[in-house]
Amino acid sequence: MSRGQPRFAIVVFPGSNCDQDCYHVATELLGCEAEYVWHRDTDLKGADVVILPGGFAYGDYLRAGALARFSPVMESVTRFAMDGGPVLGICNGFQVLLEAGLLPGAVRVNRGLRYVCRDVHMRVENASTPFTRLYEPGEVVRMPVGHGEGNYTAPPETLTELEYESGVVFRYCDEAGRVTDEANPNGATAGIAGIANRDGNIVGLMPHPDRCAEGLLGNEVGRKMFESAVSSLAESKV
Amino acid sequence: MKVEVRVYPKAGVLDPQGRAIASALGRLGHPTVSDVRAGKIFFIDVEGDDPVAVEAQARKMAEELLANTVIEGYDVRIAREP
Repeated sequence: MSRGQPRFAIVVFPGSNCDQDCYHVATELLGCEAEYVWHRDTDLKGADVVILPGGFAYGDYLRAGALARFSPVMESVTRFAMDGGPVLGICNGFQVLLEAGLLPGAVRVNRGLRYVCRDVHMRVENASTPFTRLYEPGEVVRMPVGHGEGNYTAPPETLTELEYESGVVFRYCDEAGRVTDEANPNGATAGIAGIANRDGNIVGLMPHPDRCAEGLLGNEVGRKMFESAVSSLAESKV
Repeated sequence: MKVEVRVYPKAGVLDPQGRAIASALGRLGHPTVSDVRAGKIFFIDVEGDDPVAVEAQARKMAEELLANTVIEGYDVRIAREP
């Protein structure tokens, strides 16, 4: 049965603070249906796409994302993801996906030890995931970051696999698309800003597409991540 | 029974905090400091009196939650009762 526009589930942990931004993008900007799903709930309410938003889930106690992964909702998110459902983790949501083992690797405290809040440029390294298919491969996009722990790393064999299996989705770069140390806001290994699992349905990134999704904010490049999900689902229903 | 779990950045994993502390110590007149790695200690009270079982349980806690074994190592020791 065709339902028309896809339905987004926005997971809300205690301490999430970008849930409303994501909801706004899904409903107001894309005209989709969206539901908030509280961390204690296990029902994803028939969602076609799941978003883990930014914030400070559980106060980032112990490590960012470490406690959130034990929320009841994460069992449902894991099942949804394992069944191939598209899942996007933004900033803290990315950290939760890493801690939950749904994406490989970990983030450390930023190289400069400071919370970094500014716009960065990223190169789209994989434009075939359900969240990046509307970008051009190699396209340079500008998005804001706001995090203290975004310094991505992984064991060497995982990094090799990410590089060879198109697991790197976004890489920090300068305006011209050059990956340089100066363009890297947090020290992430190989400038990695966002990654995907092998099947590509689980994507996480440190920058905030939800904060640059409409002209009113001066930048709407992030909306394409959400639109990509809609387009991907529309295609899979045909 | 009291058990302590120490969690620290693995050798070879860049530790920005440790590096900053090392450089501060150098400025404070400790030029002989060549490296610092900063970690945490968890002091855990566990019911039971079998040190082997408690230690095994603490290792499980470290693997499951206290350490992110991608970047952190840990060790466990049963604390002596005072």
